[in-house]
Amino acid sequence: MPRIGVFICHCGENIGATVDAAAVAKAAGELPGVVHAVDYKYMCSDPGQNLIKEAIREKKLTGVVVGACSPRMHEPTFRRACAEAGLNAFLCEMANLREHCSWVHEKLPETTEKAIDLVRVMVEKVKRNRPLFPINVPITKTALVLGGGIAGIQAALDIANAGHPVVLVEREASIGGHMAQLSETFPTLDCSQCILTPRMVEVAQHPNIRLYTYSELESLEGFIGNFKAVIRKKARGIDEATCTGCGACIQKCPTKKIPSEFNAHLGHRTAIYVPFPQAVPNKPVIDRAHCTYYRTGKCKLCERVCPTKALRYDQEDLLVEVAVGAVVVATGYEVKGTDFFPEYGYGRYKDVITGLQFERLASASGPTLGAIRRPSDGQVPETVVFIACAGSRDPAKGLHYCSKICCMYTAKHAMLYKHKVHHGRPYVFYMDIRAGGKMYEEFVRRAIEEDQVSYIRGRVSRIYEKNGKLIVKGVDTLLNSRPVEIAADLVVLATAMVPQPDAEALAQKMKISYDGDRFLNEAHPKLRPVEMNTAGIFVAGACQAPKDIPETVAQASGAASKVIGLFSKDELSREPVVAVVNRTAPPLFSTCVGCFLCETACPYQAIEREEIKDRNGNVLKTVARVNQGVCQGCGTCVALCRSKSIDLQGFTNEQVFAELVAL
Amino acid sequence: MEFAVSAFEPKLVAFVCNWCTYAGADLTGTSRIKYAPNVRLIRLPCTGRIDFMLLLQAFGKGADGVIVSGCHPGDCHYTAGNFHARRRWTLFRRLLDFVGVDLRRVHFAWVSAAEGAKWAELVNDVKTKIQALGPYDAFPKRLDGRPQPAEVA
Repeated sequence: MPRIGVFICHCGENIGATVDAAAVAKAAGELPGVVHAVDYKYMCSDPGQNLIKEAIREKKLTGVVVGACSPRMHEPTFRRACAEAGLNAFLCEMANLREHCSWVHEKLPETTEKAIDLVRVMVEKVKRNRPLFPINVPITKTALVLGGGIAGIQAALDIANAGHPVVLVEREASIGGHMAQLSETFPTLDCSQCILTPRMVEVAQHPNIRLYTYSELESLEGFIGNFKAVIRKKARGIDEATCTGCGACIQKCPTKKIPSEFNAHLGHRTAIYVPFPQAVPNKPVIDRAHCTYYRTGKCKLCERVCPTKALRYDQEDLLVEVAVGAVVVATGYEVKGTDFFPEYGYGRYKDVITGLQFERLASASGPTLGAIRRPSDGQVPETVVFIACAGSRDPAKGLHYCSKICCMYTAKHAMLYKHKVHHGRPYVFYMDIRAGGKMYEEFVRRAIEEDQVSYIRGRVSRIYEKNGKLIVKGVDTLLNSRPVEIAADLVVLATAMVPQPDAEALAQKMKISYDGDRFLNEAHPKLRPVEMNTAGIFVAGACQAPKDIPETVAQASGAASKVIGLFSKDELSREPVVAVVNRTAPPLFSTCVGCFLCETACPYQAIEREEIKDRNGNVLKTVARVNQGVCQGCGTCVALCRSKSIDLQGFTNEQVFAELVAL
Repeated sequence: MEFAVSAFEPKLVAFVCNWCTYAGADLTGTSRIKYAPNVRLIRLPCTGRIDFMLLLQAFGKGADGVIVSGCHPGDCHYTAGNFHARRRWTLFRRLLDFVGVDLRRVHFAWVSAAEGAKWAELVNDVKTKIQALGPYDAFPKRLDGRPQPAEVA
């Protein structure tokens, strides 16, 4: 006979305010098989958990239903409590009375009725639960870090310093990411390269880090502790071992007018190039789309000048397979281009630039060597207009979110401009100034008060060219919405931060979830901010949401510590939610008829063939068997099985049908 | 029996996957978006796990409408479970039709873990549609030996 205990949580007011928890407990107490039903203010608290533990011991419960929040939230908590009281953890189920009931419905009798239904369903399910035991799998103690920006660099260094091997994959020819492009960083005005490049070198020289630049993730298979990643090492056209990075090839390359990605298209690069002089590794790549040799079959100037004969024109992409136990995704962001804005000229005006382009203008390593000169004619701009929220917080543009860093970098840009062009007049059009952060508000005040940047609260409706000036038409909402017109020499748009163009494809490749803006979804916004829903995959940096450098570094260290925690064990116990093929007494052995439809359905190749033999070794029957280490428990095989011989532990046919009957 | 549309509260059963729609419905809760309390969720690891006998059972046990929802194509936590579910559904709808279940009573949807608002909209939308269709009673009538509504007409 089942002896089920039901525990209804008020969750403070969260459930209690809309659901009559006492009534739910009372109704549950009358269900067949339920021997104990109580309600309590906070079931997840220590006294709440003790209620469960005591009841298990005293009433000799064979199953527990906790009516509280989502099982995605506290199932592990309550299962652990049950295990501590000696009840198998998998004999505990949760009815979701908060996310699926009290939070989404009004205070009506129907809501309490629904709560009772949800509890009844789970009581019927738990009666049919079987004790399950975690499956132990070994852990490959190597981490894969995707993205070599500051997030990836930080995560890789932290994990490597803890003594674990790291494979760091960067798509571009050098690590460094966007941070390498920045001039100075708010709120301290540190030189970005000065704080970043030593870390880049540390990565390259670290004995525990294997660095793959100019490489991308081709595929990822497996599960926590046991992933198999394939990395596509794109053909550089040079032999990295032989090349010394002397740069003779770059100097002699005849194709010199290619817009430089590193300089945000404000400067030029050659067809054989390193993205920037401080690149790590300092080994060039050949841009085959622009190289004269690849286009016409003639040139090979670089080969002639190379002192070490390192050029390999026929080099092909290389696929490298690595076994890893955890993955940190740190693929970062890009900024929207100026062509995104019809009202600002669709990118037609050369002197309307993005914030990232301004960074390059202000950077000592940039195309103007740090002098603020406008792109069209190289003149020093006398009047510069900065427009915050260009694209961000604008549902009409499809980007409803705040890009978070723009308020700060716009203040910084105006400040840097003023420091370099003393007589210049900077104007900032803004909606709100969001300067939450240590010393951030003070920084903005400094821009306004000390550097006399004119902040105008209002939006810009239009920019057009007139007599060599950019006429910026806006409004000052603090001055009775008076129209404002400024004749500017340079306009800087704080364009929105968006995920990498292929963020969605990468997420699909890795089976991790992402939101409507293509940012990656963390497992829980507050309690699991660096984990993905897919176990063993972690996230850091702006690929999850817009964030600044300190936050990115903090998140990267957080992700790294999660990886290190995972690697602190030799074996990992995994939820035993796996499929099993039944076994019966001879002469049947199993109801499986060996059609192996399950084999075709399984995405993980977890179905094996088992031959049942008599004592003379004659094969009597071939049946399916599930490799429990490989099975991930999706249950697709169960729905497909013709003879109903395969079932999913934790979600058996018996359990699910019982749930339906109880509705 | 005649039901006034406003008085009829349909019983909806939703079969959802753990990774996308269940999490999406959790987000609806976290975002405090209100929707009709008529729906009961059955949580499964993946839409690929949904045996269509479950749908028949749901109707047999008094459901007026069924929602099946999982990850968007390409986003399945288990690579391809939602594709299996979709393919199976295209075959199964003919069987449902044959058995006499109005196909408008079964709703397929993709609701991701980030689409809390979409889940609320879906439930409200399905509720309104099922209200318009009235209670599902064709199945019990057949078992009772009574004629189906279609045959009466």
